[in-house]
Amino acid sequence: MTELTIRKEEQVVFALRSLYEMFGYRPYKMTKFEEYDLYVRYKDFLISENVITFNDTNGRLMALKPDVTLSIIKNKTDEGSLKKVYYNENVYRVSKGTNSFKEIMQVGLECIGDVDSYCLCEVLNLACKSLTYISDRSVLSVSNFDIILNLLESENIEADVRSRILDLISKKSVHDLIAICKENDVSEKTAGLINAIASLYGKPEFVFEKLDELLPGDENVESFRKIINSLDDEAQKLVEIDFSTVGDSRYYNGIAFKGFVDGISGSVLSGGQYDKLMNRMKQNDKAVGFAIYLDMLERLNETVNEYDVDVVMLYERDCNIKKLNREIEKITYNGTKVMALTSIPNEIKYRKLMKFDGEEAKEV
Amino acid sequence: MKQMLNVALPKGRLGEKVYAMFEKAGFECPSIKENNRKLIFENEEKGVRYFWVKPSDVAIYVERGAADIGVAGKDILLEYEPDVYELLDLDIGKCRMAVAAPKDFRDDSQRTLKVATKFSNIAQNYYNSCGRDIDMIHLNGSIEIAPILGLSDVIVDIVETGTTLKENNLEVKETIVPISARLIANKTSFRFKSELIEKIKNELASQTGEIK
Repeated sequence: MTELTIRKEEQVVFALRSLYEMFGYRPYKMTKFEEYDLYVRYKDFLISENVITFNDTNGRLMALKPDVTLSIIKNKTDEGSLKKVYYNENVYRVSKGTNSFKEIMQVGLECIGDVDSYCLCEVLNLACKSLTYISDRSVLSVSNFDIILNLLESENIEADVRSRILDLISKKSVHDLIAICKENDVSEKTAGLINAIASLYGKPEFVFEKLDELLPGDENVESFRKIINSLDDEAQKLVEIDFSTVGDSRYYNGIAFKGFVDGISGSVLSGGQYDKLMNRMKQNDKAVGFAIYLDMLERLNETVNEYDVDVVMLYERDCNIKKLNREIEKITYNGTKVMALTSIPNEIKYRKLMKFDGEEAKEV
Repeated sequence: MKQMLNVALPKGRLGEKVYAMFEKAGFECPSIKENNRKLIFENEEKGVRYFWVKPSDVAIYVERGAADIGVAGKDILLEYEPDVYELLDLDIGKCRMAVAAPKDFRDDSQRTLKVATKFSNIAQNYYNSCGRDIDMIHLNGSIEIAPILGLSDVIVDIVETGTTLKENNLEVKETIVPISARLIANKTSFRFKSELIEKIKNELASQTGEIK
């Protein structure tokens, strides 16, 4: 099997699985279906609300999984212990562009239970390592959701305005942020801080210097700095702080991150802490994890196969098949791809045309 | 080879104004002014490549990464909700998204409101926020004639000066949102070409009077 035979996304899956196992993450295998009820209760957590449903033989309404995290949390039983798992599963979601369902392969990991600073660092390190397996030009954008939420909580901002503010932060839309803060009587000081933080972007040392000026002595800034500074050297090279990386405040908290690869539009990796989702699911544990969308990686196949096969081998139907087999095996021995046919194909592009004359294969 | 920044400009008057701003910012590309049918122009020295696309397509080019940055109206951004950064309000192409109806129209809240529009998503979001049940009629142009012919009760459309409305005996009943042109950026490009994008953003911001 040549490297070309294994597609980029398949190579990445192999590498990621062994990476996660190396750090003690155990494979998590699950069924393709889940009771629909689970997704109804947490539909805002899903990237797309549309779910493929069907009735099981006993009448229960089932769904093809649109998400993996909810199933993993639901099945966690031993509260307090630390569970480290990784998965490689297909999920079924509506694709934004085509408005139709798509099967998407995801690889990801979850660290659930007594999550401490080490766990957060480990997950961030693994996210960075995963990105380096995908491309040598990648960036992990990290933010701390609590810093922004704290600011919003300091003012009496209604829930729908808060989610509009978070949406504008995620778009880096400072001009609209200024307008919405004004409309909703957010104090000038808080509005100024929200705008300044929404535009903050760059390497950690630069951003933390700015954060120290904006929020001196802030506890969340300190814990964020501690985690970022504790990352390994390779991860440090990839990490950039960007507060536009935010999620739904009903589910997420703390660290949030997205991975970007040069040449692929949109984030290929997405993750963060979701203690709030755990609480909503009546679990007292903390949790952090990330997922990699493998469907996006097919665009990374730098080499486009110029030829379908290397050799087309023409043979007569009444030839000695044993001898033909021997000739073909000789050619395929060093990895050359051969297609044996009785006539020259129209749609196949080949490098070399050979003909089996009954005794041996000769180039035509 | 020098890395080029792909810039999608909206064809038409707005696009010409936008290009003038880029030119003033020091990212000129003289060949763009030649009278021909070419759609792509580049200035290798400055590292920029401009291309003209249909205004409603700019956001798609940027979202999908074919363009690193572009200029799109807020109406397009609200309608298609592309996953892009909205870096700057360029303060040009100003107008508003509004509900308009015949002058003597009285909204009977007992009945489903028939709304004709090119901007179905914006209209739906607006009436959802009002809790109003509507019958959406998606049209692709000449929206103003819909209430005249009884196709709809009201229209949701862009209003610039209001002349077209007035000539068709319509008037603005509600303003939904003010509209202006925005500098947008692809989320991946923003990370890998951030220096040049930030530079362009700051130069353009200085022209709109915003603080850098």
